[in-house]
Amino acid sequence: MTGTLAIVGFGLSTIGPGTATGLIFAAYISGVARQPEARSILQPIAFLGFALAEALALFGLVLAFVLK
Amino acid sequence: MPSKLQFAGESIYTFIRNELGRDVIGPEFMRFVPFLFSLFIFILTNNVFGIVPLLQFPTMSHIGFPIGVTIFSYVTYHYVAIKKHGLGKYVKDICFMPGIPKPVYLILTPVELLTYLVTRPLTLSMRLFANMFAGHLLLLVFTLGGEYLLTSGLILKFLSLFSFSFAIGLSFFELGIQALQAYIFTLLTALYIAGALADEH
Repeated sequence: MTGTLAIVGFGLSTIGPGTATGLIFAAYISGVARQPEARSILQPIAFLGFALAEALALFGLVLAFVLK
Repeated sequence: MPSKLQFAGESIYTFIRNELGRDVIGPEFMRFVPFLFSLFIFILTNNVFGIVPLLQFPTMSHIGFPIGVTIFSYVTYHYVAIKKHGLGKYVKDICFMPGIPKPVYLILTPVELLTYLVTRPLTLSMRLFANMFAGHLLLLVFTLGGEYLLTSGLILKFLSLFSFSFAIGLSFFELGIQALQAYIFTLLTALYIAGALADEH
């Protein structure tokens, strides 16, 4: 089975954004658990944080394809 | 009595005007609402083209389109800041932010300059491009995989059902991601404009 080093590099680099997403949504769930009324206030912030963390994971994916 | 289409259009408009305009930008938000609304609808429509059945081409998955849209955001937030504060004061505020001890400027100034001039437009366009590219690639993998399984042995023909249904499920997930990316782009543009208009910076 063959592969490229770029894909291995991308696989390793998803540790960061994966951890970040877990932390962000853990904080969101804790916040909503303490105070359920804050759900609609915290939701845009949670999604903003998630998209920013996801961006880095997707940079890695795109660069893995572009720089073979 | 407003019709359903009118209600949908008005609810999107009030969402942009309230959440992204008034809450993010502050007092002078009305003059930016047309720009933010056009940005949101343009990116959302172009993204949704990726799952329309016969079209299936998310425009933003070719790097030129996000670059084009980002140029609008970039020019806007710099122009707003220069028009409000003046060119000299704006550059001075980026390079030498007030209220920070002097030695920190050695690290802070290059980082701030790089952020304002390079990182912000780069990450804005790359985020949109990479999300649309990856989503389209994912849909392609499952659809073409299903087709390949369909043309091989008998047991694999059965597995192609799972592949196609996964492709359909992913299309709905992609709809959520596309709306989220349009919202994030518009929100970040509004945040940059708010930062440009802020007084204490």
